[in-house]
Amino acid sequence: MAKSKSAYSIPGKVGKIERHIIVVWVDNEAGVLARVVGLFSGRGYNIESLAVAEVDKKKHISRITIVTEGTPQVIEQINLQLKKLVPVHKVADFKRGEKDILFRELALFKMLANSKKQDKIKKICKKFNPVVLDKTKKSFVIQVTALRAEIDKLALDLKRLGLISTSRTGSVAMTKGAKIFN
Amino acid sequence: MPKLFTGAEIVFKALEDQKVEYIFGYPGGAVLPIYDELKNHKSIKHILARHEQGAGHAAEGYARSSGKPGILLVTSGPGATNAVTALTDAYMDSVPLVCISGQVPTHLIGTDAFQECDTTGITRPCTKHNWLVKDVNDLARVLHLAFEVATTGRPGPVLVDIPKDIQFKKGKYKFFKNTLKKKINGKATHKISNIELDKFIDLIKKSSKPIFYTGGGVINSGPQASKHLRELVSLTGFPITSTLQGLGAYPGDDLQFLGMLGMHGTFEANNAMHDCDLMINIGARFDDRITGKVDEFSPGSKKIHVDIDPSSIGKNIKVDLAIVSDVSELLKSLIKRFKEKNKNFLNSNKQKTSKWWEQIEKWREKKSLNFINSDKLIKPQHAVQRLYELTKNKDTFITTEVGQHQMWAAQHYKFNKPNRWMTSGGLGTMGYGLPAAIGVQIANPGKLVVDIAGEASVLMTMQEMSTAVQYKLPIKIFILNNEYMGMVRQWQELLHEKNYSESYTAALPDFVKLAESYGCVGMRAKTPDELDEKIKEMVNIDRPVIFDCLVDKAENCFPMIPSGKPHNQMILGPEEEKEISDEGKILV
Repeated sequence: MAKSKSAYSIPGKVGKIERHIIVVWVDNEAGVLARVVGLFSGRGYNIESLAVAEVDKKKHISRITIVTEGTPQVIEQINLQLKKLVPVHKVADFKRGEKDILFRELALFKMLANSKKQDKIKKICKKFNPVVLDKTKKSFVIQVTALRAEIDKLALDLKRLGLISTSRTGSVAMTKGAKIFN
Repeated sequence: MPKLFTGAEIVFKALEDQKVEYIFGYPGGAVLPIYDELKNHKSIKHILARHEQGAGHAAEGYARSSGKPGILLVTSGPGATNAVTALTDAYMDSVPLVCISGQVPTHLIGTDAFQECDTTGITRPCTKHNWLVKDVNDLARVLHLAFEVATTGRPGPVLVDIPKDIQFKKGKYKFFKNTLKKKINGKATHKISNIELDKFIDLIKKSSKPIFYTGGGVINSGPQASKHLRELVSLTGFPITSTLQGLGAYPGDDLQFLGMLGMHGTFEANNAMHDCDLMINIGARFDDRITGKVDEFSPGSKKIHVDIDPSSIGKNIKVDLAIVSDVSELLKSLIKRFKEKNKNFLNSNKQKTSKWWEQIEKWREKKSLNFINSDKLIKPQHAVQRLYELTKNKDTFITTEVGQHQMWAAQHYKFNKPNRWMTSGGLGTMGYGLPAAIGVQIANPGKLVVDIAGEASVLMTMQEMSTAVQYKLPIKIFILNNEYMGMVRQWQELLHEKNYSESYTAALPDFVKLAESYGCVGMRAKTPDELDEKIKEMVNIDRPVIFDCLVDKAENCFPMIPSGKPHNQMILGPEEEKEISDEGKILV
């Protein structure tokens, strides 16, 4: 008899994990985010970040951008399952590193730092469109926009310089050129 | 100024416009305005269940045997949560249900009011879609959309949650038709291209070891789909096997039919699936009870998959040709195109598949459904066979509970028509069969409806016998009583060193007396020699019957694919299973 003590089949080979950015256009109605997020949790898919806001006030369309990881098979399932949801209008899927797509994430960092340190921090953030939003003698809040990985690295660097609080939006995406998602 | 209606009136106007004849339900505080309105709508009959789960399964039985959506009406809180099992069951087996639930008044939502629960939150993962209606002027649109979502594409359950104040409020009514503009939700709007059809036909022509593997999608596509399937199978001369849910789409007694496949499928069906060079999946979903170990599933075959739900394709098994389509539509176009170019395919191709058929015949000779019969004890397989023989000339409808008896029913009862076989496959809900039989009988008055049951399962929804008696539904509850949760006991015997932990039911009721207390007929068969007469007697009684068939307590369901094994490594019976052979011998 089989060694397995389960009435279920044993897991097969697992494919290579890829990171994808999935953009979903939905009717902005009650519970729609729960439907999308519930699909991910219910089927065991992963959400690394999620950004959502209404983008069309007249038609009440929201745009959700989800960063996720999975095997090609899982990513395909995510796309197909999302398309089955009634309030979902369309779904676009991009592999990380695709050329024609722009990705950006916005982060706010609150630092405990005197003015000397503050200059150093600004220097580190220079490449990432830094904007100082609030400033006191002891602290300041700086806004940057960059790729996810860049913000990851920046947050690490800033830790040494007095970072006490981080807030990030999660990635949003847009195509380059005149083309739009469809 | 358009005429205004109350929310409750709008509910019934929508049901009337959707040509609903029956509602299965149970009243309660938050749904009373709708129940109050019932008296004004004579074309709609309400069937009062004894538990909302029972109402849900009855609605499923109604839907599956009639091809129409089943309607469920329940109150808020416990009414809705009791319906969750039935909704999940319908979701897994693609059964169209429209569940209308009452909710506490809008101003009380979120306050933990009496009998309040987050119904749309709870049912979100077990419905295709659900709605909480907060504006009475939305109600008509939502209700008609609900019917459309439930019945189009891959069918399934939906739920409309209506707060009590909305049921009282007045609003406009309009009949919305085809409100669902979305084309992608597994809808049958996909145009089948000739390129796809030609690829399909090309694969058919190249194959020397083909097999059709068909599922519930054929049934859901309507009776036409079964007709087309029969035509295609006879045009090609290929062998065909079916999933549990697909039984009846192709005649069970036909020579080209290899029987059911999967964990408890026949030796020939599973071996043919493993060794084929072309697998034509029509309306099945490569479920884990079918594939076994995915990596070793039919390693040498090209695979075609036809499914109305795009997310079913490539979910478990990668395929070579994927066609998103309604089964009936596809088969119709395929047959037309196939006939145009391949006039004498059956004869010209005979040579090519003759070795394959020889091999299949060798597998068939194993007679994998055989069992060692007894003249002292009723063997459960024997009981199902006798039931089949004595009812096959009637247009019989069979429902089942879940467990060994369900598999024996699938193996030994042969179905010749679609919509005659109602069983809980995906969710595997014990307690499904009895209420489902009620729904089947409502949809098919005058027909013979038998629930092949196990004594453990049937006790889970036994209260619904009261419903059967109230509405004079002559359903037959045929219990294969072995005093065990048989399938649990079987797994414990084979995998857990015969530690029969909690799988024996002590203190079972006397089913004959139980039947009498419900006001129906109780019968019991103890030995094989009295079985036939008793079954005949049961069939002739025009009242609900509980038939307590005492069967061999230790019988196991074979053949089976043990977990983690591919299709060509089946256990055929106790003689192959050394560990249990001694005990097996003593018992026969």
